[in-house]
Amino acid sequence: MKNIPISALIGLFFTGLYFLMALFAPLIAPYGMAEVVGDVWEPSSSQFLLGTDSIGRDLLTRLIYGGRTTIFIATMATILSFTLGSVLGFFAAVSGGWVDQAISRFVDLIMSIPSLIFALVVLSVMPTTTFILILLMGLLDSTRVFRLARAVAVDITVMDYVEAARLRGEKTAWIIFREILPNALSPLIAEMGLRFIFAVLFISTLSFLGLGVQPPLADWGGIVKENKEGINYGIQAALYPAYAIATLCISINLVADWILNRTTSLKGGRG
Amino acid sequence: MHPILKLIAQRVALGLMLLFAASILIFGGTMLLPGDVAQQILGQSATPESLANMRAELGLNDPPVARYFQWLGGFLQGDLGTALTNGRDIAESLGGRLKNTLFLAFWAALISVPLAIFLGLLAVRYKDRIPDKLISAVTLTTISIPEFMIGYVLIYWVSIQMGWFSSVAIINDSMSLGQKLNAIAIPVMVLTLVVLAHMMRMTRAAILNVMQSAYIETAELKGMGMLKIIAKHAFPNAIAPIVNVVMINLAYLVVGVVVVEVVFAYPGMGQYLVDHVAKRDVPVVQACGLIFAAVYIGLNLIADIVSILANPRLRHPK
Amino acid sequence: MSEPLLKQPLLQVRGLKIGATVYPPGERPHAIEIVHGVDFDLEGGKVLGLIGESGAGKSTIGLAAMAYGRGGVEITGGEVHVNGRDILQSGLRDVRKLRGGEVTYVSQSAAASFNPAKKIMEQVTEAAIFQGKFSKKEAEARAVALFDKLGLPDPENIGERYPHQVSGGQLQRCMTALALCPEPDLVVFDEPTTALDVTTQIDVLAAIKEAIRDTGVAALYITHDLAVVAQVSDHIMVLQQGAMVEYGTTDQIINNPQEEYTQALVSVRSIAHEEKTPTDTPLLRVENITARYRGTDFDVLKDVSVDLHPGQTLAIVGESGSGKSTLARVITGLLPPSQGSITFDGRTLSPDLPTRSPEDLRELQMIYQMADTAMNPRQTVGTIIGRPLEFYFGLKGKAKQTRIQELLDEIELGDGFQDRYPAELSGGQKQRVCIARALAAKPKLIICDEVTSALDPLVADGILKLLLKLQKIEDVSYLFITHDLATVKAIADSIAVMLQGKVVRYGPKSQVLAPPFDDYTDLLLSSVPEMKLGWLEEVLAHRKMESAGN
Repeated sequence: MKNIPISALIGLFFTGLYFLMALFAPLIAPYGMAEVVGDVWEPSSSQFLLGTDSIGRDLLTRLIYGGRTTIFIATMATILSFTLGSVLGFFAAVSGGWVDQAISRFVDLIMSIPSLIFALVVLSVMPTTTFILILLMGLLDSTRVFRLARAVAVDITVMDYVEAARLRGEKTAWIIFREILPNALSPLIAEMGLRFIFAVLFISTLSFLGLGVQPPLADWGGIVKENKEGINYGIQAALYPAYAIATLCISINLVADWILNRTTSLKGGRG
Repeated sequence: MHPILKLIAQRVALGLMLLFAASILIFGGTMLLPGDVAQQILGQSATPESLANMRAELGLNDPPVARYFQWLGGFLQGDLGTALTNGRDIAESLGGRLKNTLFLAFWAALISVPLAIFLGLLAVRYKDRIPDKLISAVTLTTISIPEFMIGYVLIYWVSIQMGWFSSVAIINDSMSLGQKLNAIAIPVMVLTLVVLAHMMRMTRAAILNVMQSAYIETAELKGMGMLKIIAKHAFPNAIAPIVNVVMINLAYLVVGVVVVEVVFAYPGMGQYLVDHVAKRDVPVVQACGLIFAAVYIGLNLIADIVSILANPRLRHPK
Repeated sequence: MSEPLLKQPLLQVRGLKIGATVYPPGERPHAIEIVHGVDFDLEGGKVLGLIGESGAGKSTIGLAAMAYGRGGVEITGGEVHVNGRDILQSGLRDVRKLRGGEVTYVSQSAAASFNPAKKIMEQVTEAAIFQGKFSKKEAEARAVALFDKLGLPDPENIGERYPHQVSGGQLQRCMTALALCPEPDLVVFDEPTTALDVTTQIDVLAAIKEAIRDTGVAALYITHDLAVVAQVSDHIMVLQQGAMVEYGTTDQIINNPQEEYTQALVSVRSIAHEEKTPTDTPLLRVENITARYRGTDFDVLKDVSVDLHPGQTLAIVGESGSGKSTLARVITGLLPPSQGSITFDGRTLSPDLPTRSPEDLRELQMIYQMADTAMNPRQTVGTIIGRPLEFYFGLKGKAKQTRIQELLDEIELGDGFQDRYPAELSGGQKQRVCIARALAAKPKLIICDEVTSALDPLVADGILKLLLKLQKIEDVSYLFITHDLATVKAIADSIAVMLQGKVVRYGPKSQVLAPPFDDYTDLLLSSVPEMKLGWLEEVLAHRKMESAGN
């Protein structure tokens, strides 16, 4: 642990802080999520640390609950995209031949349409529930995980040690789990951080456009939408979620960078 | 036929196939998903009668394949159908908005592309030193904030606090170029910031990759100066990767436009699309979706073709 | 700048120290010294050979003559005088005048060192023109003359081609022309023939030697191959781990080496191996194999038939593209042949890997050229060697541990290696672990694919000796694939020479290596550099005579 660089420590600290806040939101938040407690856009005071929002709810409370929603959806979407993408990616790489071709071409097709546009098209006919949002984001993003997982696995399958395992007569499962996975894990975990960031940005964007999380549920993108008019009167309410997203994303980036650097070392297993 | 022409023809054919497949996906995505469009439009209180009428009007009773080819055929002839919500011709409404969107994207590209390449070069020149680290830190930040938030941060600080430029970007044909540019100044800044980071990072990586080649060392050992090496030996080999980077980021920019237009109430295609997604106006969404996909696929295709053209091995076969 | 002195040598190096920054994983980057104070002189028109194994610092020293450090390498001390000036004290402007003007460079890989986007002529003449030595016209005329002298085909027009349009051997000559074009005083040759096939190497070597002689240029010739450097240099300096071991005339170093390390280098590959006579039944019988890769319309192997007898070694010799490694893939079942059959220990082997019996898989093992990629970097040596024990024999726990240690002892590694990761081993140790992994299966046949070619000569020697010892103990057969005839002489009982997918000569070692030869075997055998002075001239004179005789 003593070898963790300072930047990664900062990243780890803030990432942990945000996740804890999300987890214990009802305990930490000073007021109820949808509770109107003050006047419209009150400035910050000892009563309302960050002031109040467009209909008089405590902004800090909204931010904490918003983080809970945003982080929950992003986490679930990342887990989905990750599991699906890496399983399919390894499967395609080890199978090769037409299986690989079929999956890869389909992924190319999905990726030929920008994710946001694709999501908008789908959301124009689907109800915007949390479940649908997670499913949509997870499926769309799994294409990127698929590409990485497949590329990493293909690089490993051409190694002589994998050939040696094949010549020994090892089963496919053994080759995937014992020869390929341990060597592919680190780049995939670093990628997981980036996918999570992407999911946070994506859900925030959708909510901002009014097509994501629906009120009265709070989420960071939605808070911006609710308070954007205030900007013109010099009220910062809409900017706080921006700062929250930025710090969370930068923190995760720092951690992902560290994991990636750490694993470019050739030294086996111990690093 | 010259092998390079054959390769390019193959890529173009592949691009068209991809576009065709994308159109099926967009059409299928809106038609075959479980949501009932008629119900969505009319709401829960609609009578069965009005629902049936609506379905007939939308052609929902025809087989999907027939509807798809009707739609695609119309699209190819410039007939994008009519909007459900106001019954207006979509092509007509889109025309001016597409122009506005391209106007915005054009200015953003004009500023961000040279700037990104310049900063990328600067980062390479001062690799691992302060300018490089500063540039990486700034890009890391801009990558970590969604476009719309960069928009509001700029509105707050530049437009409201400093009083520069307008916070809404409404333009119309009667405005002079100068007035238009003043109106879109902040949106252009936002878009520039959004693509700049990615473009600069990728440019830096592309140039570094070339600069680490053995032939650059050969040039150094010929006693050439850095500038001369970059101009004569690195540049010819870096064009392809840089063009690639630019194209990929322009494609990214096209998507970024959607959100930025909403932030600034800019009368472009992105805002039009988002409005009609909320209203569940399927024909409009399909038309916009396909146009965005076409631009995206087209830019990626150009990137591919440039890489082929720039490869000396393909240009001068054995 | 110091005063130019009379009678000073062209290149004078004093107390040269070179450092590098290393970035070990998990540690802070820190500086290490890789060359620890080296002195030597080189007079105009003479050739000095710098020889040593990997890590000896020979390339680094060569580049220091151009005041250049590659990557994180930096010259930290000492003096380097070229034509009387200390170039380490010169400004950037003077150094640029020196590079490409007074001192030029020929790299190991011309294919990477030429800019793929520019024509050869432009690159060859570039330095001569912008250093102001020649006009464009003069430089181009010089280049054409050099192309001619270096034996390049169509010297008038070859400069109009792009680098990828000529062969590797030709490009290496173009690189030599590039270095000689500005009429330098000194050329640094950095392993210029190492990447070439042996029959190409001799021609390029001869061309380089002739060009050096005719132009009267001085040269630093850097290589790991003592036999090669003996052909071109006047003096030789032997380096080991950044320090000089011995310096002398070529004659003295080759014929009368003083230091133990030099003696080892000179006597490398002098392993004596008595040829065994064939038995009645071969262990492996390859009959009329023809094979091609999927999606190609070209047979990589054409009607190949060879036998390998129990407890013996069959060497498959050939240059790149001869199909020798493909033969290994066919025998292991990775590439099913389109025709022919393979009999192993009396059984017909299934052509396809997945349908082979566990017994077949166990008895036929393989060792690879790159031990680095042949071992999973995330497994310990114990796991790597233990897996076949577990897989084939069901060994577990104590029994497995004991057997692993036995195997480690057999490959002369001993205690304390079980828990190490491959990255913690040296090149030779890695290859030994791969041998142990193969032995663990108790195989009857081990296919060795270029197992020594990535190793330094002395280390390779150790591996060959180990393989011979193990053959005696375990009575295992080797199918030994190599491009290196010296290795073949050292360990083979029978030899098959391959050319373009065909076996052109096959038989017991004594017959294959004895005249009368077919043309290709003659060319191949005579191209292997021998550790004696004047070998190159002898061969060339001999070839000239023969071609005149025809």
